[in-house]
Amino acid sequence: MTQIAKTLWTQKDLLGLRDLSVAEIELILDTAKSFSEVSQREVKKVPVLRGKTVVNLFLEPSTRTRVSFELAEKRLSADSIGMASSGSSMTKGESLWDTVANIEALKVDIIVMRHGSSGAPHRVSNYTKCGIVNAGDGINEHPTQALLDMFTLREIKGKIKGLKVVFVGDILHSRVARSNVWGLTKLGAEVVICGPKTLIPWGIEELGVKVIHDVKKAIDGADAVTLLRIQMERQNETLFPSIREYASTFGMNTDLFKYAKPDAILMHPGPVNRGVEIESALADSSQSYILKQVTNGIAVRMAVLYLLSGAMKNEK
Amino acid sequence: MTSPEKQILDEGGIERVLARIAHEILERKEGIANLALIGIRTRGVFLAQRLQKKLSEIEKNEIPVGILDITLYRDDLSEVGPKPEIHETDIPFNLKGKVVILVDDVLYTGRTIRAALDALIDFGRPKVIRLAVLVDRGHRELPIKADYVGKNVPTSLQDRVTIRLKETDGQDEAVISGGTRT
Repeated sequence: MTQIAKTLWTQKDLLGLRDLSVAEIELILDTAKSFSEVSQREVKKVPVLRGKTVVNLFLEPSTRTRVSFELAEKRLSADSIGMASSGSSMTKGESLWDTVANIEALKVDIIVMRHGSSGAPHRVSNYTKCGIVNAGDGINEHPTQALLDMFTLREIKGKIKGLKVVFVGDILHSRVARSNVWGLTKLGAEVVICGPKTLIPWGIEELGVKVIHDVKKAIDGADAVTLLRIQMERQNETLFPSIREYASTFGMNTDLFKYAKPDAILMHPGPVNRGVEIESALADSSQSYILKQVTNGIAVRMAVLYLLSGAMKNEK
Repeated sequence: MTSPEKQILDEGGIERVLARIAHEILERKEGIANLALIGIRTRGVFLAQRLQKKLSEIEKNEIPVGILDITLYRDDLSEVGPKPEIHETDIPFNLKGKVVILVDDVLYTGRTIRAALDALIDFGRPKVIRLAVLVDRGHRELPIKADYVGKNVPTSLQDRVTIRLKETDGQDEAVISGGTRT
C-alpha cells in the first residue's frame, strides 16, 4: 500500500476558512466523519480531551452553536464553562483583552468565541496562548457552520467538487455565507449567490462566485440550496421594502424548489423564520436536511477541538 | 542502520496459526452463538476477518466482525504535538452479553490493548473479552496477557516486528529486524 503524505494540523486557532488549505479542510471533514460515530454509541463520550479546559465566550446570543459546542466538549471529556457578556465583569467595564487575559491566567486551553465585531477573534488570538475557535465574528466568518454544511453536502452527495450550491437570502450580513464561499470555492464547488441587490455585498464576485438575482434562474439545476435568514438585528437602515415583499419574491416554497435538481437538498443554518425565507412545508419535507446539519455540527466541532488541542502553542 | 530482516512466519505459517487459533476459540466452548470478533485497526481487522472465515468454515455460523480504532483512547494524547489521524470505528452489533475476541497483529507493551478495552466497554458490557494476537513479542508495560497467541517471539527492545498482510502490503509474512543478532 502506498502511503499518502498525511496532513497534520499545526494551527493554534480556527479563525476562518479563508486561512485554511484544501488539505486542512479535508482533514477536518475526515476527522469529523470518524467522530460522528461517537454520538451514536450507548456511552456518548470519549476520553481524548480529558484534563483540557474550554471556555465558551459568547458575547452575542446563540442557541444552536453554543449548545453544539458544549455537547462536543462534553463528549470529548473536556471541562467546559460558558461565559456571556451579561453577568460577567464586562458589564463593569472590563475590556475584551483583559477578559481574555484573565481566562488565560485561569489555565484555560481553548476559547470558543462569538463576537459581534468582525475580526475580534483574530485580534484576541494575537494576545493569548489559548487556542481560539471562531464561533462567529460579526459579518465575517462562522467557520464551523460552513464546515458542517460541507460535511453534510459531502455525506449526502458523496463529493463537493463540481456541485452547484446556491445561497439565497441576506448575504450581506451573513458570516455563514462568507465562510461557505471560502470553503466551497476552495473545494471546487460552483457557488451561486442570490438575494435582493441591497443584501448582496459589493464585489463578492471577486471571490469566485456568481451573483444571480432571479431565484428561479439562480437555483436552476442546483444540487443544494442554502437559505439564509434576514438579519434584522444587524440592519439599521431600510434595505428592502418589507418582510412580506421579501417573502413573496425570495421565499422558498415547494413549487419554486422544483427548479433545482430533483434530488437537490435544502439546507439552513438556523434560526429558521418559517413563512419568510422558507415555507413551513418545505422546511419539514424529505429534501430538507436542516436537522441533519444540526446533528453533524457536533461531530465537526468535536473534530475541530480535537485537532486544535494538539497544536496548541505554549510559547508565544 | 537497519539490519536484514529475518522471517518468523511465512504465508503458510500465518495460515496455520490462524487455523489453530480458530480451533482453540471453539475448544473453549464459550458459545458460538454469542461470539463476536473485533479487529484493531489496521492489520487486526484483516486478521479478524480471516479468523471469521475460518470459524464459519468449521461451524457454519456467521460471526459478526467489528472494527475498532483506538486512537481516541490512547494514553499519550495529552503530549503536545499534532494529533494522530482518527479512523472510523464500526461495531454494527450490540456487545451486551457477547463473547468478544479482540484481534491484533503484535502484542508488545500492552498499551494498545488497554486502550481497546476501555473503548469496548463504552460500546456495552460484553460477557467476556478474550485477546488473540498473531505475534507476542514480550516487553509488557501493563498487566495484560493474550488468550490466543500465534507465535511467541523473544525480542530485544531494539527489534522491530513487522507483520505484512496481503490486504495492505501485498504479501503475507511476519519479520523481525533492527536489533543486534548473531
